[in-house]
Amino acid sequence: MSTELLDSPARPRPAGGATPRKAKAPRSVRTPRERLRLVVAHVFIYLAAAIFMAPLVYAFFSALKPNSEMFSMPPRLIGSEIRWSNFADVFAYGPFLRYILNSFFVAIAGTLVVLVVSTTAGYAFGRLRWKGRDAVFVLFLATLMVPQEVTVIPMFIVMQWLGWVDTYQALILPFAFTAFGTFLMRQFFRGIPFELEEAARVDGAGPLRSFLQIILPLAKPAVAVLAVFTFMSFWNSYLWPLIVTVDYDKLGTLPVGLATFSGLTGTRWDLQMAAAIISMIPTTVLVIALQKHLVKGISMAGLGGR
Amino acid sequence: MTTTVHDRRRGALARAESRHALGFVSPALAGLALFTIVPVVLSIVMAFFDWPTFGDRKFVGFDNYIKLFTGSPDFWPALRNTAVFTVLYVPLSVILSLLLALSLHSRIRGRAVLRILFFIPVVTPMVANVLVWKMMLQPQGLFNGLSTSWFGVELPNFLADPQWAMMMVVIMSVWQGLGYNMLIFSAALEQLPESVLEAAKIDGARGLRMLWSVTLPLASPSIFFASIMTMISSLQVFAQPQLLTGGGPGNATQPLVQFIYNQGFKFQDMGLAAAAAWILFAIIIILTALQFGVQKKWVHYEH
Repeated sequence: MSTELLDSPARPRPAGGATPRKAKAPRSVRTPRERLRLVVAHVFIYLAAAIFMAPLVYAFFSALKPNSEMFSMPPRLIGSEIRWSNFADVFAYGPFLRYILNSFFVAIAGTLVVLVVSTTAGYAFGRLRWKGRDAVFVLFLATLMVPQEVTVIPMFIVMQWLGWVDTYQALILPFAFTAFGTFLMRQFFRGIPFELEEAARVDGAGPLRSFLQIILPLAKPAVAVLAVFTFMSFWNSYLWPLIVTVDYDKLGTLPVGLATFSGLTGTRWDLQMAAAIISMIPTTVLVIALQKHLVKGISMAGLGGR
Repeated sequence: MTTTVHDRRRGALARAESRHALGFVSPALAGLALFTIVPVVLSIVMAFFDWPTFGDRKFVGFDNYIKLFTGSPDFWPALRNTAVFTVLYVPLSVILSLLLALSLHSRIRGRAVLRILFFIPVVTPMVANVLVWKMMLQPQGLFNGLSTSWFGVELPNFLADPQWAMMMVVIMSVWQGLGYNMLIFSAALEQLPESVLEAAKIDGARGLRMLWSVTLPLASPSIFFASIMTMISSLQVFAQPQLLTGGGPGNATQPLVQFIYNQGFKFQDMGLAAAAAWILFAIIIILTALQFGVQKKWVHYEH
């Protein structure tokens, strides 16, 4: 008990936030009661995790079954044979590959636009002085209040006016200018000490050079967080692509394609499960690869919701 | 003398900076004007028009709003469904994810992996998540299959029964969104001031008492934040019912956003859809303001 109190504040903490602090949690002598509590906690959380993951695990194994055994009684996890070919057959059914490529293209292009727009605007709001800056920023923030549902209907009309219905730019641009990214970058840029930039300015660097050579490299973590969350929201976006594209065979993104696909394949649940699993892979891989930044990203990005 | 020269130079510099700033901010401003401000203004206008997707538009004043409340058979049910969904979903999601975050907070082995597991459905396409649940909820699917073969109990046909269908939309949504709030709570719990926790421990606070009187009040700002965000997103629910039940049976699970979508893109009545979207916006604003109003009663801020 006393060691707990004494050594935690005294010990120098490694830089970088809260996780190392927890990892260094003092190992006090545990009473049997405490040990029991810890065991119960483990049982509870692993049981919860198992129940929680069951749908995805079951879906994965269902994707490997022959379709005739999808709904066997009693239910079985593994069918009479393991059919990896289901995953290949998905691609023979309709333009599934096209959906995937469309989704990648739209998500990557959209993310790039968001990054350029948010970092430049965030720089102007966070680090440059100009007349009317604060008023314009308040206007930006105010638009965060408007839900997507209010804008989708008129946005479709705007797309009609521009002649953009059924085009890639309609999938990419309309939701690439939301104020959230700008807000996030502005907050981050403001935290960078002004002296760093001043030295460069004295040497005669203009705002553009100091933005590209000093501020952006320092903002890499924030840019990465914004990129990942933007990619995921484009990848998963459903309502807008459903509305603004008509020719799904050509322009369908994965979520829209998947919904159409399930209508197309009817009772081929094996193929639907395989398609669903395939569509889950990219963002799942992204999350696993970036798990360390996840909590930080959420507490940063959480401000804007999803 | 020197000061005026200096001032003039500063003025020139400030002008140069303003010019640069304009360059930096103009892409965002142009995009915001075209893709947010124009649609919002247009939406206000549209709500006062009979506005078919193709063909002539006609000014109708408040008729669209009046029609929503008096002449549109699906509008009240849609309001009710959105309300039922929100009332069931928000507390369930917040409480369960808080419970998870609290149990993951202590010294649990494999904590990082578990966190990722719970987070996966948040980042996978909603359409895919719904397909998985749709398969399990079929009358011959996993749930009924297990129940009949293990206990000999035939379960109701979940997606065909109005009450059960709504329950399943809620349960599926809770499963999908759990990991998001859990991570918000995890981050908040890790940042609790250790001095206060230690002081409470010295004073003999343990277990539930510690949780109720110390941890939860300290974490209440993030609980407040998560409740508001969860409430706003649940008022906007669309993909889950649209894909799982199609809003049915009948209109038993059709929420407001699906009503808006159907009016606009199935029945081609854009004016009515725009009016309904403003009703939704008003509801969101009012409920959020109410929550901010009562937060003093239960949200505890340091300082």
